[in-house]
Amino acid sequence: MTQQPILELKNVSAAYGRINAIKDISLKVYPGEVVSIIGANGAGKSTTLMSISCVLPITGGEIYYDGERIDGTPADLLPSRGLCQVPEGRRIFPRLTVEENLDMGAFFRKDKAGIEHDMNRVFQLFPILLERRRQHGGTLSGGEQQMLAMGRALMSRPRLLLLDEPSLGLAPLIVQQIFRIIREINEADGVTVVLVEQNANLALQASTRGYVLETGNVIMEDEAKALLANPDIRKAYLGE
Amino acid sequence: MTTPASRKLWLGYAVAMLWFFVLLWPLLGITPEGLEFATSFGIWSKVAVAAAIILALWQLKQRGVFGFVSRPVEALSDSLGKATGVVPTWVWLSLVLAGALAFPLLTERYAHDVAISVLVYVCLGLGLNVVVGMAGLLDLGYIAFYGVGAYTYALLSVHYGLSFWLCLPIAGTFSAIAGCIIGYPTLRMRGDYLAIVTLGFGEIVRIVLNNWMSLTNGPNGILGVKPPGTYWWSDGKIDHIWLGSLEQFYYVILALAVCTVIAVYRLNNSRIGRAFEAVREDQTAAELMGVNTLRIKLLAYALGAIFGGLAGAFFAARMRFVSPESFTFIESAMVLAMVVLGGMGSIPGVILGALALIALPEVFRGFELYRMFVFGGVMALMMLFRPKGLWPAKRMGARSEERD
Amino acid sequence: MAPAFHKAHKHVEFFLQQLVNGITLGGVYALVALGYTMVYGIIQLINFAHGEIFAAGGYMGVILISWLVSQGYPPFICLSVALVLAMGYCALLAMAVEKLAYKPLRSSSRLSVLLSALGMSIFLQNGLMLTQGVYDRAYPGEMVQGGFEIGGAVISYMQIVIVGITVLLLVGLNILVFKTRIGKAMRATAQDKTMSALVGINSSRIISLTFAIGAALACAAGIMVGMYYGSVRYDMGFVPGVKAFSAAVLGGIGNITGAMLGGLIIGMIEVFAAGYISSEYKDVFAFIILIGVLYFMPTGIMGENVDDTRV
Repeated sequence: MTQQPILELKNVSAAYGRINAIKDISLKVYPGEVVSIIGANGAGKSTTLMSISCVLPITGGEIYYDGERIDGTPADLLPSRGLCQVPEGRRIFPRLTVEENLDMGAFFRKDKAGIEHDMNRVFQLFPILLERRRQHGGTLSGGEQQMLAMGRALMSRPRLLLLDEPSLGLAPLIVQQIFRIIREINEADGVTVVLVEQNANLALQASTRGYVLETGNVIMEDEAKALLANPDIRKAYLGE
Repeated sequence: MTTPASRKLWLGYAVAMLWFFVLLWPLLGITPEGLEFATSFGIWSKVAVAAAIILALWQLKQRGVFGFVSRPVEALSDSLGKATGVVPTWVWLSLVLAGALAFPLLTERYAHDVAISVLVYVCLGLGLNVVVGMAGLLDLGYIAFYGVGAYTYALLSVHYGLSFWLCLPIAGTFSAIAGCIIGYPTLRMRGDYLAIVTLGFGEIVRIVLNNWMSLTNGPNGILGVKPPGTYWWSDGKIDHIWLGSLEQFYYVILALAVCTVIAVYRLNNSRIGRAFEAVREDQTAAELMGVNTLRIKLLAYALGAIFGGLAGAFFAARMRFVSPESFTFIESAMVLAMVVLGGMGSIPGVILGALALIALPEVFRGFELYRMFVFGGVMALMMLFRPKGLWPAKRMGARSEERD
Repeated sequence: MAPAFHKAHKHVEFFLQQLVNGITLGGVYALVALGYTMVYGIIQLINFAHGEIFAAGGYMGVILISWLVSQGYPPFICLSVALVLAMGYCALLAMAVEKLAYKPLRSSSRLSVLLSALGMSIFLQNGLMLTQGVYDRAYPGEMVQGGFEIGGAVISYMQIVIVGITVLLLVGLNILVFKTRIGKAMRATAQDKTMSALVGINSSRIISLTFAIGAALACAAGIMVGMYYGSVRYDMGFVPGVKAFSAAVLGGIGNITGAMLGGLIIGMIEVFAAGYISSEYKDVFAFIILIGVLYFMPTGIMGENVDDTRV
């Protein structure tokens, strides 16, 4: 891999409240990859993603996206540059309809035809959303909300998609569907994906590489297959 | 001065000044006689120059240009702080008290008058401090209790000739009851609704005072309220005299203020005070720890109201006259501002706040018109630059209600 | 029978008249209430300075209309030009207040912002007093005159103009908030600021815009109140401000439809209470309703649109 990473964190530190701090995190993500970040509750996974999206100001280090330094820029400028996040808990706009939620995903875009096209694409990926399109986001089930959140993120035509716990609280069947779609948008659309998961097994199976976070530090990084085979990882995160 | 940060600062300044002119000029410059620029330009240029100077000074300070001044000053204030720390608190307290006692002997009538006002507001501020500073319940209708106290004494004095000293506890009780009546329905509300509802209650009290002609004589008010009386040794026998002179009023309110300070101080360090604090910091946690939050809040209201009522009774006696005019919303805002300016929950802070808001404007009497204008601006500025007040309370921790 | 019939007829007339007055006043409250509800919906702040924006609107109206009249323009032009310019002025004023006194406090406790708002309210009110004087200032009298009678109730053309402008503004606002993209963004920001940043919405700008829109509506209300009663005063914003806030709470704070409905109800109640019960205590009724609503149905009649309800 000699190409330039699409995302690079150099010794990033940040804190979200008094707990959930990250210290000196470095990681690289190359175009076309699916990289998962696994770790226990409170290891700093979501903090990392919020720092990348510039929602959380970092206290040290540097973040590069597409070769340019992005830490310190206003968060709302990143989606138009192709960096998009589906945060933990999905954060659907509860009193906007499904259609409006999707439209908000394309807020910075002005090309009506393109937006229309992408919305149809999202409805193809998640047919249930088409049925529900006039319903308020808050009335959807957990799985439907996750689909809507991903659909909303896709509306911005991301190049790098950050997904925070997409499987949280969902039925296994839905989780499978979600992961199938993650693979599809990665392979068909060439979207680079950073996946944060507590369900390490699932995440690593879908990924090319993985990072293991523990109390705010990266303690291991490797090919996903190697991590899956690593006995320590199996013991700590895969429940064996 | 050409760093990007500095350029951004001055660009912001230019935009702000332009904006300010657009807001100022229509108010002053558009008249039926024609358009006029001179007045608004005059005011605008003064503000612009002042703002530029402040910005420039601030920028220099950021760069540490004033290090040669600020470092020695800091060192001096540090060592001063240490030196004052050596002297026990009671020495300071007795010095202040001695000063307060000697005050009328050293000053003029006019100063007495101002001092009485300050002390009345100290009592009010301390009372409101119980509600806002200690229990964290924002009350924008606090002056209603002051009004209840004042009218209680005025009516009892005029109709039944009851003595001030007897009426003082009655006024306190009535205010406490009013506090409970107002407090009860509002306690389940969340904080910012509480603010608007207490404001509404304050207005209701004022409107009722204004319109209940048969009881309160409406906007004309009640005349002929008696000053406090006492028995005093004169001409070889004990005689009843009225404490009607300014000096005597001063000592009465001083006594009242000292009692209030002691009461609030003791309250602050009691179990109830800690319960107030618990409710303020985290109501759910307080409830889980077995604090009956509803009762505690009601108690805070009632206690705060008592101090307001006592001050009100004194006010009626002092003015010998009460009318609804004295109990408007702006008075509530004033008392609240003292608490905020001084430092919520801090007794010396509130006293300082009362001094700053009542005595200081008297010094600048020529600018009477600008008083409330400046005061509103200062209130907003305080929130920006010194939200904990001039003399912050020691125990005030980080508010748990702060948004994350 | 005849006198009884006559009496009943008088009752009907009186009722109709109150109804007309109530609608007029209610519309005005609705316009002011919208500013409170939108701002509360988006940053959970009781914008105490909103009543002062309303008063500033009233003053801008009198200033601009007087000037335009003195230049010899016809009343229709005077009124519409003054309305538009004054609304723009108040929008700028409210945005300045927001930038100076609220935005730097975005991460402070709610109490701090509330006190800052209170300070701004006092500041603006006294600023108006200093620049415009302490006395009432009269609107030019010859703007809209006359009226007609329906079923015994007199409807003045002024009332028609007021209700007409109110309806126009309310419809416009509904279109803006519910049909346009910027309206969607406003609602999205009100519902989740972090998430709206993550989809690329600049929440500061949206908040600023919310203040501007609310201020423009309050300004229109201020002008109409000034024309209706014939004069303005520097402290005219306080009581209508509290009543309009009551209206917003009654409708369910954060809820735009609720604020319109609440405004209408509060206006009706005030007028009918003044007509049938006591005009001295008319202001008390609005406060009692506010307290009653908060006590018995804290989310208002339409339910509130606020997620974070902590202080």
